Parts: sequence; structure tokens; C-alpha cells
Amino acid sequence: MATLYEGYTLCGVGPVQNSSNIGILGVEQGRDIDYVLVTDSSRSITVYKVSDQKPTGSWSVKQGQIISCPAVFNTQSQEYVVVTDDRVVRVWKEDDVNLEKAFKATVSADVLRVLSATDSEPVVLFCCGAVRFLDSLLASPQQPIEDVLTEDEIIRWSTIVKAEHQLVVLFSTEQRGEHCLYVQRFNPNTLVKHRIETEPGLSAPISFSATCRGSNIHLLYLYLNGSVYESVLPFRSSSTGAEGVQALSCSLCLSLPLGEEKLMSGAAVVLDEAHVAVIGFPHPSAGACKDYLCIWNTHFQTLQASKEMAGRIYSQLWCYSGKLYVPHGKMLSVIPFDCQKSSLAAAMGKLKQTSRSGKDFSVEIWNICPNVKSALTVDQLVEHIKTSAVEDVQAEVGEFIRRAPQADLQLAAGRVALELVSRSQTDANFYPQCAFLQLLETRYLCYSVCPELLSLAMVKKDFHLCQIAFQIFSDIPEAVTCACLKAILSTPDLEMETVNLDTDSVIFMKELTQAHSRSDEEGGQLNGFCPPALESDVSDTPSNKLQRDPLSLDMSCPVGLHKGALLNEVLQTAYSDRSLLPHLKDLTVPQVIVFLQYLRFLYFKYSHDAHKQIRALRTPSISQIIDWVCLLLDAHFTVLAVAPEAKRLVFDLHKFVRSQVKLYAELGKIEGSLQVLKNSKQSEDFGMYAIQVIELF
Amino acid sequence: MGEFKVHRVRFFDYMPSGIRALAFNRDIERIAVARMDGSVEVFHCSDRFFQEKIIPGREQCGIEGLSWVGERLFSAGLNGGITEYDLTNQKVKYTVDAYGGPIWTIAGNQQGTHLAVGCEDGTVKLFEVNEDKIQFERNLDRQKSRIISLSWHPSGSKIAAGMMDMIQIFNVETGHSVHRLLADRGVGTSRSKECVVWSVVYLSDGTIISGDSVGMVKLWDDQTGTLIKSHNVTKCDVLALSVSQNEDSLVAGTSEGTVVQFQFISMVLGKDDKEWVRTRTFKNHTHDIRAVAEITTAVVSGGMDAQLVVRPLLDKVEVRSAASALRKIHFPHRRLVSCARKSGLMLFQYPGHLELWRLGESEGKGEDDIHLFVKRNPEKLLHLKVKGEDHIRCSAVSPCGEWIVYSTASSLRLYRLHCDNNNVSITKVLQISTELSANQLCFSSDSSHLFSASTQSSVHLVSLSQSGCKFVGTLKPKSGERTIGIRESSKIIPASEDGKWLASANSDHEVHIYNLQTRKAHCTVPVYSSAVTAMGIHPTTNCLFMMYADQQMCEYSIEQKQYTDWSRMVQRKGLHRFWMERDTPCLNVMFNPQHPSHVILHDTYMLCIIDQSLPLPDDKTQFYNQLTLKSLPEEQRKSHSHAFKVCKTFKDILCVELMSDQSLVVVERPLEDVASQLPAPIKQKKFAT
Repeated sequence: MATLYEGYTLCGVGPVQNSSNIGILGVEQGRDIDYVLVTDSSRSITVYKVSDQKPTGSWSVKQGQIISCPAVFNTQSQEYVVVTDDRVVRVWKEDDVNLEKAFKATVSADVLRVLSATDSEPVVLFCCGAVRFLDSLLASPQQPIEDVLTEDEIIRWSTIVKAEHQLVVLFSTEQRGEHCLYVQRFNPNTLVKHRIETEPGLSAPISFSATCRGSNIHLLYLYLNGSVYESVLPFRSSSTGAEGVQALSCSLCLSLPLGEEKLMSGAAVVLDEAHVAVIGFPHPSAGACKDYLCIWNTHFQTLQASKEMAGRIYSQLWCYSGKLYVPHGKMLSVIPFDCQKSSLAAAMGKLKQTSRSGKDFSVEIWNICPNVKSALTVDQLVEHIKTSAVEDVQAEVGEFIRRAPQADLQLAAGRVALELVSRSQTDANFYPQCAFLQLLETRYLCYSVCPELLSLAMVKKDFHLCQIAFQIFSDIPEAVTCACLKAILSTPDLEMETVNLDTDSVIFMKELTQAHSRSDEEGGQLNGFCPPALESDVSDTPSNKLQRDPLSLDMSCPVGLHKGALLNEVLQTAYSDRSLLPHLKDLTVPQVIVFLQYLRFLYFKYSHDAHKQIRALRTPSISQIIDWVCLLLDAHFTVLAVAPEAKRLVFDLHKFVRSQVKLYAELGKIEGSLQVLKNSKQSEDFGMYAIQVIELF
Repeated sequence: MGEFKVHRVRFFDYMPSGIRALAFNRDIERIAVARMDGSVEVFHCSDRFFQEKIIPGREQCGIEGLSWVGERLFSAGLNGGITEYDLTNQKVKYTVDAYGGPIWTIAGNQQGTHLAVGCEDGTVKLFEVNEDKIQFERNLDRQKSRIISLSWHPSGSKIAAGMMDMIQIFNVETGHSVHRLLADRGVGTSRSKECVVWSVVYLSDGTIISGDSVGMVKLWDDQTGTLIKSHNVTKCDVLALSVSQNEDSLVAGTSEGTVVQFQFISMVLGKDDKEWVRTRTFKNHTHDIRAVAEITTAVVSGGMDAQLVVRPLLDKVEVRSAASALRKIHFPHRRLVSCARKSGLMLFQYPGHLELWRLGESEGKGEDDIHLFVKRNPEKLLHLKVKGEDHIRCSAVSPCGEWIVYSTASSLRLYRLHCDNNNVSITKVLQISTELSANQLCFSSDSSHLFSASTQSSVHLVSLSQSGCKFVGTLKPKSGERTIGIRESSKIIPASEDGKWLASANSDHEVHIYNLQTRKAHCTVPVYSSAVTAMGIHPTTNCLFMMYADQQMCEYSIEQKQYTDWSRMVQRKGLHRFWMERDTPCLNVMFNPQHPSHVILHDTYMLCIIDQSLPLPDDKTQFYNQLTLKSLPEEQRKSHSHAFKVCKTFKDILCVELMSDQSLVVVERPLEDVASQLPAPIKQKKFAT
């Protein structure tokens, strides 16, 4: 769960002067994580020590000059950089008092922003889309700046992302309603243009946020209709070197609820891989008031924390080192937050909740992934999975599982599995079954940690993996259970027999079918099971054979051993019948009949061989079987009523169930009498007087 | 540990009397209960509903209503009189005739200045409550039919009176009727029957709530005199209503035995417009509920089935504990049976008579290990009717079986019993009038003295001999610290075996110890917050063992005038959770002379022997371990046993006594037997209804 802690005010927001109606130009990281640099639109730049809520330095430009971009701190040279009047770059140190006396250089084109990342040279982004390192620009300020963008293309947003000593500048542009994303990489300098493609009818994205995760840049952008899309860009330029505009694939990761009021603005910022902070959108349960800061979980689409913000919201939101900076009303508030990794399994109590400290994930660009320490870190493993051959990957995963400490493994298993699954999904030749089995055996996986695994196994027809997953996962959704059931039922028995399955379950099936034949040989019911004669049935079925033995039921197993073993696993999964029922309707008629035949087979077996204890670890219980029969009958009532091939099956089942009902009715009578006997014994009625001996110990 | 021969006695036909009225006093947290036989009991609500006081009734005094005025308790009944009780001495203080025929209801105003009674002749009579008496003030406008129920507006300016087919609202100032609210009769055949407004409640916002014989709870507006809402609660009668102090919860008792709760809550969350909504139904009674009381944390109800039920409202209870559990009080919290330990006699105390029985005898083993063959059946020796109209307050038989004594509110009578072979005869030895009437009676163990606990914590001594009896003196507590104020009357008086010590406890929670040789007060046990329910003086160590209503126990050394080490250890280690959660008080403390470390206790549901030489159980040990111990081999029992040996073989115990031949007498009164003697309930449970 994410938490928003009690916030505090860092500084006031001055009266709005400029046209953009924004009081604060930007908040940037200062010389370490406790310092921020606030550039307000009224000519001043202030450094605050956040924990003390105190300014430690302030500079302002002369009357008439305008600060045109947020000031940044160059951590390499320990200098502040700002641009005034679009073209004048000013550089000064902490102890410089007067900005006028500081170093300044006039460049030949309008500067949009100076972007700075920790421990690297600041990058200057020009309005025309060109990019220069600050030191090279200052070396010759008047150097010509090329036009990258077309004339009416305007940069809407820009950021810099750094990971593994590699810088990437991202900026989005708008041109006649078309939105593009430019990715500028350095060494070698490449600029890739992506077209942001979303559903038609969406207006411009109103807020962007980029993070670096693994070797990918995750870009999140927010639309006015509340949709949050995510795009993943590789960190290193792909070697394909495709020219021209590439379409940027994106996926909807969150739909924010909208209030009745029409929204004008809003902002979102990524907090970690699962959490997004959003401002300007209404709280789903707090009415029309939209002045809320909310943390949403993108995995589960859930609201995790929220805080009401007083005063006007400026649709600006920054996040630095565990604190959110929100200008609202006449102040800039700092709100510390905490996001814990959450999975549905954790929420359901099926996974141990571990609070994590952003160990393998950097919240923002300056918070780089920790350096590789040992030979096999999660990050490295994940990297290897992306590229290595199947055999290598399997060996490495095995090695990793063996060597990683349990606590780390718990976190890493899901990530590794996700990575393996995503590679397998894209690369048809890549399917590390061993690695999956090993990961499953750690028992740190559950369905919600890696939802794709089971469907992948189904696609690959890897029934062994399916079986293990069914045994281990306790949180498989009913839809997936049904999909698996369908796949199992539709696979021919011949194909199924070749599959390598958990031996225990196969032995159980063998015993079950053999028991049938044995009892046939002996030709009698061993447990003395003899239901009352089915007089009514005699008239229903004139068959002589039936008359002789009212229970001459079809006791042959309708499916092969392996298929039976897999079906047994399905029967033992946890489910809620209301959720299962609609999915169960997807089964085709032949599937329903085969499944019902199999359930009937199990039911008959269990009723007849109740005295026989087949030694197996996991066997479906009689109540599970009955529950599934009920569900199946409910889901396909009309089909079973109409389908001619089902007639015999349903008739047999009914006959047997009726005999059982009669039997249990008799048992109920016996129970009643026994109960009375027991009660009468308890209330020892001795009349009015007795002399007894009691013994106390 | 040992075997006991047990005389299981079930022929004591004790019938608790039905409950007619309840009155709750919030300030002193006491609830007063009036029964059909005219007795009035006072329970302490915050001391586990311990029955502190019993004022016995008398013939022909049907109490119809109870009302507290401050700390004073008044009742009114069909004999037409208003009675005030002397709660300190547990007796009737005086009775004033209202001269209006039978009185159906009595209600005191919140200011504590006036009492109103509703009479058969159709008048509401106002009485002024003076310092020591009540004084008739005036009548309100006389109505045509009897006044069944009354309720004062909290301001004291108006009175609502429930009658036949209507409710009248009176202005107290003028005495005139302000509004007349007509209650509808039932439909169908009951159309011809009058609608009796059994109960009314007047709320401070002007709402009048009525419960009637049609089964409706109706809400009326006193400004307009109109019906606001009506709830059909039952097909039978709604007999009683009670509202909580802050007027957000109302309970209605019906003749089907259900209590229906209404709550004043807002229909939309967060909105302020509240309504009375029917919320819960409790079914703890089999018969008519004649009285209910909403005491904020619980609903107390009583009726024809004679049990007092305390149903906690769990939303109002902050800490769930044994004190907030459902409680059903069936039997009085004092003993109705006394046993002559040396001669095997039992004296049963009924309201109007005494019965003396001789226990049977056994011979050898019966058909199984448990039951013994009964050689001689028990025998009723005596049926002694009480003289006068007053019911018996207390009684006792001497250990030797020669003396019988009983006391009513007005007199104390002592009889000598002569038994030669089969002829039993008695002679009256002593009759003392009012001032010596006792709250509790007890004989010394050698039957040479009678102790009678009386008013003002004093104990009278009467010496008994073959020739006759003689009043020898009065024991009074040291009059040092409390010279002013009335002493509560004493209640429980056990005398020590050697005849040297006597201890008496009063309902002020004080326990005084007297030296019988010097006839002086010896010392006082430190006062504990809970009432003493039973105590006993150990025959050899002379330690006083006390049981309290909150299930705590203390052992106090009389000679050293301090708690014993064992008692301190119990206090330090605490008692087991299961012990503390029992909901009936311990009613007797006995000692086994053959095992000096054993203390025998009992409550309604169990018999317990505490072995002080064994370790105390902590919360982790199995408390009820008798079955476990039984299954263990002899040598392992020692390591598993603890001090509390609880026997749950017996149920609904009225009395346990250890006779001098080491046998136990257990007098049970099975609740099924009580239920079978009750009249048939209005509504009987049929299958699946």
C-alpha cells in the first residue's frame, strides 16, 4: 500500500504575473537530495533545504528580465544554471551573491530548457529541438543551432533520463494536433522520432512522466479523459537504425474516474513501477471536488492513498526522492510518500508483505540503480534473460535460485518470471520450461505475481507446467481456470499421454481405473452398498439388464489417465461459483459432455470405492466433485436438456443420485434415532432423589 | 483426590415468582425488581448483577409498579396503597392508601418532587415527595376508565396517561387534559375488544410512544395530538416499554416473550433527520414480558417465566468481558436451604412455609459404579406454615437438628423439634417482635447459640439450652470511624467451628469480625469494591474465606488480622479466565475437616474444591481438567492437576452442604421442572415457525 504522509509548506507561491498563469516555473533537485531549487515566475530562484523548510540561498534577475526556464544545478561543477530572456545562459556558484555579476553567455537560438541529471553534464534543449551539452555550448556560445523541428512544431514537454552512465533526452511536440515524441540519445548521437498513437478522439496528452526501469524507459502520459497510457522505449538505441517516424506503441495502464465537471488540466508522475501520483482528477468517492492528490496503483487500478489539497491546483507535480512537490493555492507543499510493493497476492494475504526501499528500481533519474555487486544480481539476470540462449538462461536462473538469499528471492522470483515470460511471448523459440519449473518450486510465485505464465504454458501446451502451477497457485482467476479446463478438454488423449506429468497424480488415476476393473472381476459391491430398490426405474427402463442390476452403471473412464490427472487438478482449484459460472458457459457441448462423464465417473467411483483409500497426496474430494457437477449442470442446463448425446448420461446420473438421496434419507432416520438414544443416555433421569458417588481428581 | 457420597436432592419445589415490574436507577446503578408475590429485589448493575437486597413480599399485595425517586424506592399495587421501602434495613417503611381503588401504575418525575399514580377509578393522583413521607397533593381531571400507564414529560410539566382505547395528555399545572389520542382497536374479531394502552413513554422532544394490546408501538406528536408512525410489533400485546437515557433507543416487551428494540437513527448517513427504526429482536423469554428496562449498555427484561434476563447491547459495550455477557438470573443469590450437618436434616424455605426433610440412606453399590442403592427414602418430617401475612425472610436449622428458626419482616420465631422414633413434634420456644427480626440466621456449630443478623450491622446472640433460651447480648461494630449515617443491615454470618469467632458482612461491602468470648468487635476486613456473596471461617486455621460477586476470592487470617500468603498469591497471579467468566455468584464456602487445605465452593452450575496446596492454574493451563485427569494414569495426575477441581455434574444448584459424615448434599432445581410448572405460554414454538 502506498501512503501519503502529512505534508508541510515549503514556500509561498508569488502572485501570478506571466501569461501562462503559473506561479512556479519548476522545482529541480539541488546539490543533494535534501535540497531543491525552486524557480518562480517572478524573477527569483531559491534554494531550499527541504527537511528544514528553509531557504539557503536566493537569487533574482533585474527588473525587465525574465527567467525563461527553471534553474538547474550542475552536480559536476557545483554550479547553478539558468536561462533568462530565452537566450542568455547564466552560470553561478552557491556563494555568488548577485546574479548580474555571474557568468553569462548569449546563445544564438532560443533555449527551451536546461536539463540536468546527477553526475553528468547538463544538456541544453533549444526550442527548435536541437540539443547541446552545456560545456560545449558555453565553449562557443554563438555556434549555429540547427532546426530539428519543423516550423510550427512546438515542444510541449521534455525530460532527461539517466541510467548506467547513459543520458537520454525525451521531448514531446505538437504539430497541428499531432503529437510526437523525440528520443535523443548520445554517444552516438541519435534522434528517433515516434508518433504517439492513441485512440482517435483523444486530445493532447496533458502530462508526461518518464522513468528508467531495467534497461527500458517507461513513459507515462495522461489524457484529459483520465486515461493513463504507458509506452516502453529501449534505453539503448536499437541497432535497426530505422529511419523516419516510428509509431510508439502504448498500452492503457490506468483509467482515472472522471467527475461531472469538465477537467481542464491535471498532472501525473510515476512513483514506481506500480504507482502513479495524480493531481487534478477527482477523488472517486469525494464528489465533484477535484483538488485531490491521489496515488493509484496501475497494476490493480486501485486508489491507494489520497490527500485533499486546499486552494487552486496548478496541475504541476514534481517528485524527488520520496517527496511530492505540489503547488496549490498560495503555497508549495511537500508531501512525503511511501510506496510498498503490492501484489494482489499480498493484498489477499497470500504473499508476505515486504516493505522495499526502491532497491532495484530508481524513482527518478538521479536515483540510479545500485551498482552491480555480485556476479548474479537480479538486474543482470534480467538483462541476460533478454538476450541469452535458452540453455544459458535456464542455467543462470537455476544458479540464481540456488544462491540468492530467501528474502531477496521472494522479490526477485516474480521479476525474473515476468521477464522470462515476456521474452517467451515475443521470441517463439525461447521457452525455458526448466527455469519456470524451478521458479515455481521456490513457491514464491503466485498467479497475480506473474499472470501471463499460465496462459503462456497453455499456448505452449506445456501441461506439466500447468499442473504444477495449478498445485502451487492459490489465486488463479476463474476465467483462467476455465480457459485451462477448455484447453485440457480439447486436447486429444493421444497427445496428452505423451506429456510428462506429476507421477503421483497419474498413479492415482491408474489406481482409480484399475480399482474399477478389479471390482468388476470380483463382481460385487464390497462395501455392502445396496440402495433401496428403484421400483420406479423399473417401469422407466424396460431393459432386462437394468432390472437385474439396477446399478449396472457405466464405470469406464471417459478420458485418458493424463487428462484425468489434469482434470483432477482443475477440480481442486479454489473458485467462487458466481465468478466461475459465466466462464463455464464457454465450454462447447462435446466438452461439457466429456467433462460431465468424467465427473460422473469420479462420483460413481467414489461412491463405490469409498472404503478404498488410494494413497495419493492430492485427490479431489467428493464434495469438490459434486460442486463441479452442480456448476456444470447450472451452466449448461438447456444444452444438457436438448443435446441427444447427453440424454443417457443425465439419465444415469439422475438414477444414481436418486438412489443416493434415498439412502441418505434412510441414514437421516437412523441418525435421528441414534441422537435420541444418545440424549436419553445423557439426561440420566433418576427422579427426585439419588445417592451417587462422584470422584474428583 | 477423593470420592464423595452425594445426596442429589430434587424434591425442593422452589418456584421463583414472576417478574411484574422493573425500575432502573441510573445514578446508583441499581435495578429494582418487583415480583408477583410482592417481593422486591435490588440488583447492582455494575457488580455483575448481584442481588444485594431482598424485601420479602406478603400475601395479597400485588405490586403493579415500581419507581425510584432519588435513592428512594416506591411501589404501588392493586391493594390501593403506595409503599416506600427502607432499603437499608430491607423492609417496608410505610404504606399510604391512595383512596382511588387498585393502582395500576406509578411514576416519579425526573425532578424527584412528585409521584403520580394511576388508579382504577380513572384518576391520576399526584403525591408530593417529602423528606420522610409522601403527601397527597391533588387529582388530575378524572377520566371515565382506569389509568393503566403513566409517563412524565422530562420537564415535569406534562403527563401522558395510557387508558382503555386512548391516551390522555395532562397539563400538570392545571390538571386538565390537553389532548386525547385515540388508539385503534384491532381488526376482525378483536374489533369488539378494548385496546389497552399498556405502556407509554413521554420523550423530551414531545414524542409519546405507546405500546398496546393490539400489538402496536405507536408514536404520537403531543403538539398536534396526531399519530406519527405505528409499528406492528406482535400479534399479541406490547406490555412494556423503556427508553434509554439519551432517548436514542427504545425497547418493547411483548407477551410473546420477545423484546423489540427501536433506535432513533438517521435514515441517510450523515443527515440529521432521524427516525425511530425497528432494529433488533431478542427472544430470551418463553412467556409474557411484563417489564423491560433499557440501561444503555443492556436490555433487562423480566416476565412470567420468572427469570431476569440481561441482554447486553454489544454496540454500547466498550470492552467485551464476562461482565458484559448475556445473563439469566433464575435463582435468588442467597440460600433457601439449610442443613443440619450432624443429623442429616434439610430445611427448605418457601415464601409461606418451611419443610423439614430427613435425607435417605444408602447401602452398598447400585447397578453401576455411580448410583448407590437407596435403602431408605428421604422423608418429610415437618410442614410449618408461617403465621401472619408476611413471607419468610430467612430460616435456619441447627446443626444438631433440634432447633428451627425463621424470621419474617415482623417477627422471629424459634421452635424446638422433638423426634422420638416416628413421632415428630415441635414446641414454640421464642417469639420476638419487630426489632429483632433478622436478615440472616445462623447457629453455632455446637448448637448452643443462635446468631441473628439485624439492623445497623448488629448481631444478636441468643443462648439455647434444654431448659429454654435466653437473649444474651448484641454484637455491634466498632463505632469509631462512622458515627453518622445508617449502617446497612448484616447479611451473611458464619461462625467459626470452635465458637470463638463470628464474621458478618453487610451490603455496604463491610465485613466485621467479632470475638464471641469477649463479645467485642475484633477487626474489620479491608473493604473490597465488590459485594461478599459467601464466606466461611476455617475450622483449624481460623482464616476467613470470602467470595465476592466479581468472582474474586480472599482469605483473611483473623488472628493475624491480615490476608494470608495464599490469598496474596491468588491476587498476584490472578484467577483463571474461565473462573472469572462464570456468571453466577458462589453461594457457600465450606471446609473439609479431613483435608484442611480444601475449600469447597459452589455456584448455580458447578461444585468446586480448591486445594490450596496445589499450584494455581494460569491462563494457559486447561481449567476444566477433570476428564483429562480421569483419563491419565495415577502417577501422571499429580503433574497435571491444579488447585481448582471443578465438578460440573450438577446443574441448577440451589445449595451444596458438606455433612459431618463427609457426604455432600446437593439440592438441584432443574429449570425444566420450573418451566413445566409455569402456565402455558401464549405463543408456543411450532415446527419451523
